[in-house]
Amino acid sequence: MEVVRISGLEFSYHGIFSVRADSLSVNGGEVLTLLGPNGSGKTTLLKCINALLKPSSGSIAICGRDILSYPRSELSRAIGYVPQSHTPSFPFSVLDVVLMGRVSYLSIFQQPSKADYRKAEEALSTVGISEMRDRTYTNISGGERQLVLIARAIAQEPKLLLLDEPTAHLDFKNQVTTLETVRRLSRERGISVVMSLHDPNHALMYSDRIALMKGGKILHKGMPGDVIDEETIEEVYGLPVEMIEHSGRKFILPRT
Amino acid sequence: MPRKGLLISALLLLPLPVLVGSLFVGVYSIDPLTVLSMLAKRIFDPSGTTPWPEVYETIVFNIRMPRILLALVGGIALSVSGASLQGIFRNPLVDTYILGVSAGAGLGAALGIAYFPGIPGSVQSLSFAMGFAAFFTTYTVAKSKGETPVISLVLAGVIVTALFSALLSIIKFFTESEKLAGVVYWMMGSLAVTGWGPLGQTAPLIMVGFAVIFLMRWRINVLSMGDEEAKALGVNVGRDRFIVLLASTLMVSAFVSVAGIIGWIGLVVPHTVRMLLGTPDNRVVVPVSASLGAVFLMVADDLARSVASFELPVGVITTLVGAPFFLYLLKLRGGSAWK
Repeated sequence: MEVVRISGLEFSYHGIFSVRADSLSVNGGEVLTLLGPNGSGKTTLLKCINALLKPSSGSIAICGRDILSYPRSELSRAIGYVPQSHTPSFPFSVLDVVLMGRVSYLSIFQQPSKADYRKAEEALSTVGISEMRDRTYTNISGGERQLVLIARAIAQEPKLLLLDEPTAHLDFKNQVTTLETVRRLSRERGISVVMSLHDPNHALMYSDRIALMKGGKILHKGMPGDVIDEETIEEVYGLPVEMIEHSGRKFILPRT
Repeated sequence: MPRKGLLISALLLLPLPVLVGSLFVGVYSIDPLTVLSMLAKRIFDPSGTTPWPEVYETIVFNIRMPRILLALVGGIALSVSGASLQGIFRNPLVDTYILGVSAGAGLGAALGIAYFPGIPGSVQSLSFAMGFAAFFTTYTVAKSKGETPVISLVLAGVIVTALFSALLSIIKFFTESEKLAGVVYWMMGSLAVTGWGPLGQTAPLIMVGFAVIFLMRWRINVLSMGDEEAKALGVNVGRDRFIVLLASTLMVSAFVSVAGIIGWIGLVVPHTVRMLLGTPDNRVVVPVSASLGAVFLMVADDLARSVASFELPVGVITTLVGAPFFLYLLKLRGGSAWK
């Protein structure tokens, strides 16, 4: 089943910068990575898919229904969003932050019930961070915070998970932990994932499909092995690279 | 956790003893035991003759009681509006003053005092109308393309405040000197209004605003994560924030119209509550702020009517207590409650 279908999409910032996606779709349980340099339009595209930005033309359908026909709360029950740069405001506990993932299921004057708490606890254990529930969200590391935000998105019980550069600002180990978690969730729960990444090697390791972006356009899309090679990476990043194979896996290295 | 629950319960019950204790305070000295037996008789045996002078009844039930209750609801209005605005603006240094509400309400009341002194209710309704006008100006200026970014809202609030304050200065300039004293005294903030009338005009409005914010207190947590995140989580940010702003404006302008500008409670009380309870969760911060705000204003008003042989404006006392306390907290905690 198609969870996302984008056709003829165009978004422009006051006519200066525009992002286009003529045709792009994501199937159920599939991990699609948007790969490209800074400013290539990855974040803009993700925000359009979540109706946080309104495209100037074209259409997006979520689960076969036009995104504009969804009330906000209903859309948020279908799409979990893990934002890029998160500025913590108040020192909420981790559990309280994850509980916020339930807001789309509650009416304006409703307080979260025991059942909502159960869903939040389940989301924490699904991500594997139950022991963090009582810690203060503002006092944990960037990697831990990323996992908390993923748990919050899982508490939304979404069909689609959007992650905006989930590995930015994380150390080597936390990058892998985060991406492993995302892939596991997709496999175990059949959640479709669209995420943006910087690193071609991460994209190779964790994607079912890749869309290579540059200057607001999708230049190539397809299976990782078909999309990523020396030529396409050089084209997108403007950096000479070589591709090596080791233990049956492909790696992209800068040519120095 | 049970210790924290106990603390919360104690704080929520605190207004009751403070209310009773405040009945003992005043220029006219009445023995506390007599006051207590008067209260008991009122509650359990309202008919029949009283063993104490008739004037006692008037002082305790028609002068002190409505005034103390006005302090109680005023404390709720100022602290709860402060707590909710700090939440939706993600800014610890915000309260209703930043939106221009009090400047607007102030201009309205000054107009009423200076130009419509004989017409009953003119001060209240003008103050109320101008408070709302200021709020709507701020909101309309800040709103563009269906969005109201926090930064525009705060800037618009500053500009609207400056504008209404300038207009207030002009009014003061053209006001005859005997009326000017009234305007100036009102602006300093005082609960020295007599009888049940002013309470009846403000308390219902404050209770409506409080009920709305009380019911939305968890949603304010979500709004405090920022516009885009709250939206992505499924909140209709524009609508929900507008409702919180409206409820806050309603509470504060209703109170300002009778009591003038009483500052600092909206900043000091929610801060203290967050530090005391060690959580920013508005599900407890909102009700406990209401309770402590009521206590703060009742005690400040007790001081206002007892420390000197004449009555001090309570706004001066809340500022004298609040501002140094705020400095002390900032210095002591290094703002750690926000990290």
